[in-house]
Amino acid sequence: MNWSAVWSIYRFEMDRFFRTFAQSFISPVISTSLYFVVFGAAIGSRIDQVDGVSYGAFIVPGLIMLTVMTQSISNASFGIYFPKFIGTIYELLSAPVNFLEIVMGYVGAAATKSLFIGLVILATSTFFVDITIQHPLAMIAFMVLTCLSFALMGFIIGIWAGNFEQLQLVPLLVVTPLVFLGGSFYSISMLPPFWQTVTLFNPVVYLISGFRWSFFGLADVPIALSLAAIAGFTLLCLGIIWWIFRTGWRIRQ
Amino acid sequence: MAMVEVRDVRKKYEGGFEALKGVSLQIEEGEILALLGPNGAGKTTLISAICGITQPSEGTIRVGGHDVVTDYRAARSLVGLVPQEINLEPFQKVADAVRFSRGLFGKPRNDALVEEVLRKLSLWDKRDSRVVELSGGMKRRVLIAKALSHEPRVLFLDEPTAGVDVELRRDMWETVAELKADGVTIILTTHYIEEAEAIADRIGVINKGEILLVEDKQSLMTRMGQKELRIELAEPLDAIPEPLRSFELARVDEGRSLVYSYNTTSERSGIARLMGQLTDAGIAVRDVATSQNSLEDIFVGLVSAQQTATPDAPDGACKTAGAK
Repeated sequence: MNWSAVWSIYRFEMDRFFRTFAQSFISPVISTSLYFVVFGAAIGSRIDQVDGVSYGAFIVPGLIMLTVMTQSISNASFGIYFPKFIGTIYELLSAPVNFLEIVMGYVGAAATKSLFIGLVILATSTFFVDITIQHPLAMIAFMVLTCLSFALMGFIIGIWAGNFEQLQLVPLLVVTPLVFLGGSFYSISMLPPFWQTVTLFNPVVYLISGFRWSFFGLADVPIALSLAAIAGFTLLCLGIIWWIFRTGWRIRQ
Repeated sequence: MAMVEVRDVRKKYEGGFEALKGVSLQIEEGEILALLGPNGAGKTTLISAICGITQPSEGTIRVGGHDVVTDYRAARSLVGLVPQEINLEPFQKVADAVRFSRGLFGKPRNDALVEEVLRKLSLWDKRDSRVVELSGGMKRRVLIAKALSHEPRVLFLDEPTAGVDVELRRDMWETVAELKADGVTIILTTHYIEEAEAIADRIGVINKGEILLVEDKQSLMTRMGQKELRIELAEPLDAIPEPLRSFELARVDEGRSLVYSYNTTSERSGIARLMGQLTDAGIAVRDVATSQNSLEDIFVGLVSAQQTATPDAPDGACKTAGAK
């Protein structure tokens, strides 16, 4: 393993994060506060409790997941797309590194950034609602796995994208709707039976459900299924990336 | 053992365009090879294939005896690449950019070496500047510094002096000479014949994905040394007078001018003698001008000679031309 390369890429990506630290830090704090104002105050006043948890607290895991997923994708996709765009990818391709080392550097950094933002949102939410975390280790594990798996997905999008529009396309048209419809702000049990069944085809449901379980011990789907879903998703992304580097798809002309 | 060995390499793109048509080439350790060719000749594709940026469709490439596909780590760690385009992260600091490259190649941090490289390329004062703040020439130096940061044994310079001023060009030639003295093998592509003349040991000509020749610089220089002296006459001549027949003279422009071809590398050009003979023959000269074969002329000459020699040559017929 070329650990030095992994560390170099990781540091390079983190440097960019720190260069725009204020933006990275302030933006999630403001958007989280807005969500609490809109969902917590406006809607929460009409929905008292969900499965015994106050609505304000209930949405915290979904809110964290929403940001963590979209941030992981955008960080990782931009991270690998930008070298392609400005041409500096030549150096990665001509360096003695394998796909795993490149992925570890970029995805590791993207996941670190979104993990940080996830924790900032969690901290911000404590100013608005009382939060108890029943399974803190599981909470961290779920968050880390989500950051990693979605950063892997973002990495694939970054390699696939041929322009900035495409870079935004998948997060905007696929991921955000899936996250919103995946029970971020409601429990699946609140839906009519037909839509409950439809929702189970949304992979994000399993991630949010598992994550929410780590907070309140409440889950829409069995926790083992959540873990299996996230593990399967991670392996699928890794498999695609392995294929990309083996064939040179979109990176080695 | 050759430091770089390219054997029967073809590169075919999805659309069917063949950028490399069975290229074979051997580059010995410590030599400087200049690869000449027009735009789209396949120079960059060949370099990209050796460096791992492009996957060849067929053929094998070895660097330092290591296959660039199956033993890519060993092969790539020997290679430094200075690309044609100025591809740099704009907001990175110069020293960080160089350190990044070293790290990427698996080398431990070495600030003394980074300083040495930056000083050598007159970048030390700019070490804390962001790349975006630098001039075009400085950015090109950063690219070279990045390539040198991991102490490569083979250095590829793809059009290193395209669009840089004379001073920087001279600096780069000096740097290349120093690297050669350290035993680094250097392959550079260029449009400028004087660049090849100044620093190369051997010169390769590539066109349409084929290596047309790889030749020792001196012998090629002799061929490139052809110059023409155009003598404009006060009065037109119907024929070349007898005393001047010993010179290689051509009557052009309906006898109003004479063209004398001579070789700059020979000891005597014969110009003084020719001018003397003209005076003796009572031929008045209005004006004289000299012109040298441009790379373009030489190149066109090579290509047409190649086509005449092998009119029905299949792709890759010249593939052994490059073998030393």
